[in-house]
Amino acid sequence: MGTVLNVNDINVYYGAIHALKGISFHVDEGEIVSLIGANGAGKTTAMHTISGLLRSKTGSLEFQGANISKTEPHKIVRMGLAQVPEGRRVFSSLTVLENLEMGAFIRTGSARKGIDEDLEKIFSRFPRLKERRKQVAGTLSGGEQQMLAIGRALMSRPKMLLLDEPSMGLAPIMVQEIFNCITQVNAEGTTVLLVEQNAKMALSISNRAYVLETGIISLEGNAADLLDNEQVKQAYLGA
Amino acid sequence: MNFITQTLNGLGLGSIYALVALGYSMVYGIVQLINFAHGDIIMVGGYILYLILVNLGMPLWMAIAAAILVCAVAGVLIQRVAYHRLLVHNAARISLLITALGVSIFLQNLFMILFSSNPRSVPTLIDFGSLSLGSLAIPSKTVINIVVSVIMMVGLQLLVNKTKIGKAMQAASEDTGAAKLMGINTNYVVAFTFAIGSALAAVGAVLYCNTYPQISPDMGNLLGLKAFVAAVLGGIGSIPGAMLGGYILGVAETLTKGYVTSTAYDAVVFGILILVLLIKPTGLLGENRKEKV
Ligand SMILES: Nc1ncnc2c1ncn2[C@@H]1O[C@H](COP(=O)(O)OP(=O)(O)OP(=O)(O)O)[C@@H](O)[C@H]1O
Ligand SMILES: [Mg+2]
Repeated sequence: MGTVLNVNDINVYYGAIHALKGISFHVDEGEIVSLIGANGAGKTTAMHTISGLLRSKTGSLEFQGANISKTEPHKIVRMGLAQVPEGRRVFSSLTVLENLEMGAFIRTGSARKGIDEDLEKIFSRFPRLKERRKQVAGTLSGGEQQMLAIGRALMSRPKMLLLDEPSMGLAPIMVQEIFNCITQVNAEGTTVLLVEQNAKMALSISNRAYVLETGIISLEGNAADLLDNEQVKQAYLGA
Repeated sequence: MNFITQTLNGLGLGSIYALVALGYSMVYGIVQLINFAHGDIIMVGGYILYLILVNLGMPLWMAIAAAILVCAVAGVLIQRVAYHRLLVHNAARISLLITALGVSIFLQNLFMILFSSNPRSVPTLIDFGSLSLGSLAIPSKTVINIVVSVIMMVGLQLLVNKTKIGKAMQAASEDTGAAKLMGINTNYVVAFTFAIGSALAAVGAVLYCNTYPQISPDMGNLLGLKAFVAAVLGGIGSIPGAMLGGYILGVAETLTKGYVTSTAYDAVVFGILILVLLIKPTGLLGENRKEKV
């Protein structure tokens, strides 16, 4: 079991704002790792940096042993690292089916085989998407859009999946459904890095977790230990 | 000339505006840049057509093909050289606008140095007299303009809605960041958009030369401006909007010229724009777009 993702001493700035102050963390093959932290801690910044949408001034990012610090975002996806971005960001003028096809954009040649089966798999996981396959994504409910965003990312058959607040704004039953889906995807062999406000749920399905506090990792450990940690309980579990 | 013929001629003129407007609209849709150098691409197309046809004495189809090819390459070159770094570094909109104006001035001056500022007349390209429909006699240039613009429009719709690169264009114009996360090379998509927009402008240039057989280094100014107005009128970023805006502008201009005033017709045209934008600020077919990071 090797390290799939290795983030080493990254510093990310928005102009003068120093959003990530030299953080390091790693995700091993087959794991679910959570990144938790308050609003503005830098979670989305970290996700964007891993996917190449933002650049770190220092350090390195390694995915499956390859340095991706300077790799263009579209190439990173082709290497097997997909992201479900914060706020879903489905293509609202495209239909459900077209959005899923966009997810499979990188699959060319022989990799196109199996697209239909993958579509069916996503439709059986989220039957509501199947009923609405011809509907434009902009008119889906928030929960349906979240299912679509997850399905879309899975269509690239990623080795590793980044999820940025997949439960945001969803009713409890939907949250449960999304988390079930994440554990299932992980059980089928996809390594997961999860950012969540819902720290309790996130920790309950994770192997390990990191706590991010204004650009610095303040705590890390096994998810079970963090669930019992007094600091974590007070700040993130509302206990 | 009766009203129907006037209207058809207006559609013919509008076809040229529409083809040029598509380039403004597609580029704006994908990078939120008003590419003021787009009007000058028509001029480049006009000169290439002239050079190949007159100076080299090659057949018309070769001249048209060369104009389209050179314009597509010029569009991509402009994007790579002038805009790419600004876009990558998220430069302020005003910097992009100033750069676009700079490129426009550069192109006009370059062609002035190369070919002087004297206009040149283009020989007749295609003329089959006129098409008779009952009592109507529609001039051949009007027929050609309308038919060609409709074919281009249908082709473009097929490209955008049915092909992989077209879907990638839609995705990137809606949310560039999310498109990148799908593994789409958005640099390539942007370059492709400039190429298609410029190729359509070249087709517009051919129709323009067939309608008004004259070229000059500043010919793109007013034509480009009106096509831009057409794009805004239709709702900038919208492909059907650009076509609709072009046709409306052409008809309005021709009818105003025919029935109201033969001098101040441009004032009427711009008046229509202001009126439409007051009532519907996003243009006729435009949508409110949410800005995304
Ligand atoms: N485009 C930007 N320009 C300037 N500052 C930004 C930008 N995006 C984020 N920031 C700042 O960087 C810091 C980290 O933001 P980030 O979005 O990574 O937080 P987050 O942990 O994802 O928060 P949330 O839980 O609210 O999503 C914040 O202080 C934020 O204001
Ligand atoms: Mg965030």
